[in-house]
Amino acid sequence: MKKLFASLGLMFALLSPNLVLAEDAAPAPEAAAVESAAPAMAAPAEAAAPAAVAPAPAPAAEVPKLDSGATAWMLTSTALVLLMTIPGLALFYGGMVRKKNVLGTMMQSFAITAMITVLWMVAGYSIAFDTTGMAKGVTNLYSFFRSLSKAFLAGMGKDSLTGVIPESVFMTFQMTFAIITPALITGAFADRMKFSAMMWFTGLWSLLVYAPIAHMVWSGDGGFMWDMGVLDFAGGTVVHINAGVAGLVAALVLGPRLGYGKEPMAPHTLTLTVIGAAMLWVGWFGFNAGSAVAADGRAGMAMAVTQIATGAAALGWMFAEWMSKGKPSVLGIASGAVAGLVAITPASGFVGPTGGLVIGLVAGAVCFWSATSLKRMLKYDDSLDAFGVHGIGGIVGAILTGYFAVESIGGTAGSMAQVVTQIEGVLITIAYTAIGTYIILKVLDLVMGLRVTEEQEREGLDIALHGERVE
Amino acid sequence: MKFVTAIIKPFKLDEVREALSAIGVTGLTVTEVKGFGRQKGHTELYRGAEYVVDFLPKVKIEVAIKAELLERVIEAIEKSPNTGKIGDGKIFVTSLEQVVRIRTGESGPDAL
Repeated sequence: MKKLFASLGLMFALLSPNLVLAEDAAPAPEAAAVESAAPAMAAPAEAAAPAAVAPAPAPAAEVPKLDSGATAWMLTSTALVLLMTIPGLALFYGGMVRKKNVLGTMMQSFAITAMITVLWMVAGYSIAFDTTGMAKGVTNLYSFFRSLSKAFLAGMGKDSLTGVIPESVFMTFQMTFAIITPALITGAFADRMKFSAMMWFTGLWSLLVYAPIAHMVWSGDGGFMWDMGVLDFAGGTVVHINAGVAGLVAALVLGPRLGYGKEPMAPHTLTLTVIGAAMLWVGWFGFNAGSAVAADGRAGMAMAVTQIATGAAALGWMFAEWMSKGKPSVLGIASGAVAGLVAITPASGFVGPTGGLVIGLVAGAVCFWSATSLKRMLKYDDSLDAFGVHGIGGIVGAILTGYFAVESIGGTAGSMAQVVTQIEGVLITIAYTAIGTYIILKVLDLVMGLRVTEEQEREGLDIALHGERVE
Repeated sequence: MKFVTAIIKPFKLDEVREALSAIGVTGLTVTEVKGFGRQKGHTELYRGAEYVVDFLPKVKIEVAIKAELLERVIEAIEKSPNTGKIGDGKIFVTSLEQVVRIRTGESGPDAL
């Protein structure tokens, strides 16, 4: 009973800042709306000026129109990105744990998919993608997160558009990103977290950490990191660094698995892992090429570099392992492919094929080092290398994007200045997610406890938490 | 009556079964087991985590036979799984006090 009240209290604590914000926000949007309206009004005026003779067509061109080609591709992309989490990630992680935890691990991805779907509809989408009151160069509270004015998808109708696609498609596409990000974190605390605590953690994390970071990077003019000029095409900072660093913090807060480093913890069915990695690879075309939110040349280039970088990274990891450990392992090449997919994520849509090749090779080799040596050196138990692959791969990709960006592809040329901007973006993301994750976990630890009991951990999550097992 | 237990390499199972059938052994029990002996295990490497696997997969065969068949049974089991390398396995022989065929209630050598 006490626990229940504590949980409810936490829920109110979560909701109240948003409610307060919504109240605070009430007068603000009017003022901000005027600000944002000013440049918007100026643009058509400028456009209309040269066409003074025939002013009529100019305003007509400003009305966004649905593009059926882009919409078709985004519908497809959305399905592809969902496929990455279920079954892709569920299989990838499920195969890597011990047999007694396979159902619990797959359950985490599946339950997160269901829960974030609802949370995104209720509040996440509004916090991340409502842009009311935001203007280019104006840094205010809305540069970091938005209120609940679009809660329950208020205002989204059949004909609402985001760019040239229906808002419903854009919202669902972004929902699949919001789903996979907390699901990635579960790899770091596999085998030892209570299911209830996992649900609370990923739910709160999605609203308090994911949605604000997505807002800062992707909401457009007025977004904090967007205005800084941080390049992140498909989620190097928002998804991978965010999830990777949260995973590292979670691994440190929860502590290592019982018997870590002493007892064997070999993956129980690597065939599942390979199938999962292959599904991630396929689904990632929706993730990266879909992030163009268009069916155009940039989407095509994003797809091409995604494929190139992934092949290069799989080889990079394989050869690094072959040379240093003597055998090219199946888990190694699959992990390398995922590292390449992670690293090319921020870069796709900005870099060309050569950039993709180099980013892939570097990511494969660096992530091999981080998952095999760095982890052992620093002695944290990131069970399935959420940080080693997603955190490190994301950082490598985000920084190299600044160097390899090609102006004719994404509108920004690579330069050392851009590299510095990228590093700033990486550091802000790391700081925000590390602090946010730490606070959420510590509060939950006090309220309900994070870890299963020692007996439950020995018995395995499948039986202890779910009352089921696989033979 | 004798009870013969043999630990052999898994891929030799079919040969042993055929050899035993040829000398008139009408039934045997097979169990997949793991064991530790003079044959070295192997190491497995998963993302840099190295595990030494000492227990290797083997097959355990159990046959109950009439005492006079013993020499030929041992010979059959000894010959077919012999690869000349460490890890070929071992044969254990014990005396068998009683056997009962459940269906008919027969006991002793008749039940074999």
